[in-house]
Amino acid sequence: MSILRLAAWVAWKDLRLELRTRQNFLTTLLFAFIIIVVFNFAFDPGSRAARESAPAILWVAFLFAGILSLANAFAMEREEGCMLGLLLAPVPRGVIFLGKFLANLAFQTAVETLILPIFVVFFNVRFAGGFLPFLLVVLLVNVGFVAVGTLFSAMTMGLRLREVLLPILLFPVIVPVVIAGVKATALLFQAPAAPGWIHWVKLLAGFDLIFVVVCYAVFRFVVEEAA
Amino acid sequence: MTTDTQHADTWAASPAGGRAGFTALAALTAAALVGALYMVFLYAPREREMGEVQRIFYFHVASAWLAMVAFAVVFAGSILYLWRGRLRHDRWAAAAAEIGVLFTTIVLVTGPLWARPVWNTWWTWDPRLTSSLVLWLMYLVYLVLRGSLPESPRMRQFSAVYAVVAFADIPIVFFSIRWWRSMHPVVVSSQGMNLEPEMVHTLVAACVAFTLLFALLFRLRLGVERARLEAQRLRRILLERE
Amino acid sequence: MSKDGVPVLSLQEVRKHFGDVPVLRGISLDVAPGAFIAVVGPNGAGKTTLFHCIARLMRPSSGTIRFRGEDVSGRDLEFRRAIGYISHQLFLYPELTGRENLRFFARLYGRPDDPAALDETLAGMGLAVAADRPVRTYSRGMKQRLAIARALLHRPELVLLDEPFTGLDQHAAAVLRDLLRRLKGEGRTVLMISHQLEHAAELGDRVLVLVNGRIRANVAGAEAGPGRLPALYLDAVGRHGGAS
Repeated sequence: MSILRLAAWVAWKDLRLELRTRQNFLTTLLFAFIIIVVFNFAFDPGSRAARESAPAILWVAFLFAGILSLANAFAMEREEGCMLGLLLAPVPRGVIFLGKFLANLAFQTAVETLILPIFVVFFNVRFAGGFLPFLLVVLLVNVGFVAVGTLFSAMTMGLRLREVLLPILLFPVIVPVVIAGVKATALLFQAPAAPGWIHWVKLLAGFDLIFVVVCYAVFRFVVEEAA
Repeated sequence: MTTDTQHADTWAASPAGGRAGFTALAALTAAALVGALYMVFLYAPREREMGEVQRIFYFHVASAWLAMVAFAVVFAGSILYLWRGRLRHDRWAAAAAEIGVLFTTIVLVTGPLWARPVWNTWWTWDPRLTSSLVLWLMYLVYLVLRGSLPESPRMRQFSAVYAVVAFADIPIVFFSIRWWRSMHPVVVSSQGMNLEPEMVHTLVAACVAFTLLFALLFRLRLGVERARLEAQRLRRILLERE
Repeated sequence: MSKDGVPVLSLQEVRKHFGDVPVLRGISLDVAPGAFIAVVGPNGAGKTTLFHCIARLMRPSSGTIRFRGEDVSGRDLEFRRAIGYISHQLFLYPELTGRENLRFFARLYGRPDDPAALDETLAGMGLAVAADRPVRTYSRGMKQRLAIARALLHRPELVLLDEPFTGLDQHAAAVLRDLLRRLKGEGRTVLMISHQLEHAAELGDRVLVLVNGRIRANVAGAEAGPGRLPALYLDAVGRHGGAS
């Protein structure tokens, strides 16, 4: 059975579980919404400062909400000991990573899709640079963020301090992704759209490629003891 | 009664080079540091525009160089540990990380100290300095991660994984920060120096001295670790006898 | 069935340390095809660690493990496919139904999608009615049966059971005993950790007593007998140190 198909099955299992409970999804959604609302109060409504900070606030909301849900990505494996089942199976360890990664990616994208309209309404945003380029940026940021986040989530899975350890592990490493995401978004909000967003897209694509591969390769050291 | 496991590295019993080697290194380092200090304060000429405060630059750059060298050692130790599982590589990584934090801190302290008199601002968001800040954070996170887990192969593996990911990340961090800054060019720039040949000599001397300092501290740190492991081993033997 | 004469599983001087703490101190063992081996011992003796090493959940610090005569390191996937593992920690997904749990693991083990076979398995375990309810609604005995069904789905050659009788009431325990007798009759190779000496003596062709990471006794089940095993066990444990 090919690696992708096996990973797809692992992802299917996680998405099924999430659809059943919806608990993680709803709380993450609510958290992102709250961040956007609260940050709104930091600015005078409709002011230039508010408009210029909009991209930053959007990504703060997306990433902080994302980190909270990533912290629980392996909750089932931890609580019910289900990781054992996955490790006993005759699948390469990287498949477990890929499956979780795909499920988390779908989850993150779904949350963002629902938050985006609220954001557009509150900040009166116009996608002068085109909506599709913006979607591309969001997707690329998600891939990088979720890839490294899934790896570190597995690492902190059994640790007492995981809720604070995951952010401090993850955020310094995804600095390039944050910069690229916010900058590209800012460029795409401008009217007329400034060129140059494409450079950030290239950076994101490079980051994604490197880190999906690296995280896939080192995942096994996080879930099993080598020598 | 238990016999020592095959797992324990025998390097704990015999330090490389021995006492004589260590003393020689210490002497050499001391000489190099004295020599570098002389060159920084007396040999190198006064910089035309920045004045005496520019002398900080030598320590700043030398420390930055060592900060990167240290991280490279952390990376090398980590990847070797993941590949081979030998304790000594993990010890290298841990020791280099501690020393790396030290040098990165020097970079972050000397940077603003230099910037304030020259450009009238503490922090310039210079790409290299900002990247050093991120590097500093990664070092700290590495050490925090090590500290939050009990000593075990698991802890070493986790920190090795983090080190590998962080090291792969550093070039990208640097470039992204540089592009980010290039969108908002600011008046201050570290290119505003006139470099004379004596300055280059001094810089090289400072780098050499600091590199020796790194080697010395590294050996010291490994020695402390050795002693600690030995004490642990003996304690375990005693406990087994009870 | 394996070739005659070649043990299904062979361990040679397997050691395992966690940091500096030795847990397995040189285990050597040959398991003949179709044998039923019971492993008993006090807490902390290393029984679960031994099983984890066999099931490739962790690598031994030193020593070799052979499956059908060939070294397993480097052939992990193949070996894991031949093992069915049942732990007292059931690792089922509580929010998925029994059927979904089975289907998921069947997929991981590369079984073709065969709803009829799944139905049959579920019925055979008495779970036909509960098949489409989430596993969190099952009783302990039902979860146990589902876990066993899952472990046997891919027709493993080697079955490892880690304290399967934990938490089972009389009825469920009786069902499990019958199941294990059935496995024995089918000629599968089974290794079972148990704290209940009577089960070990009754079911096991051989009984191993593991104390402090070493095998301290290795007797034929018949020789041990339900009456004699407790004495034998206490003797082995007493001589070589009890729980650590």
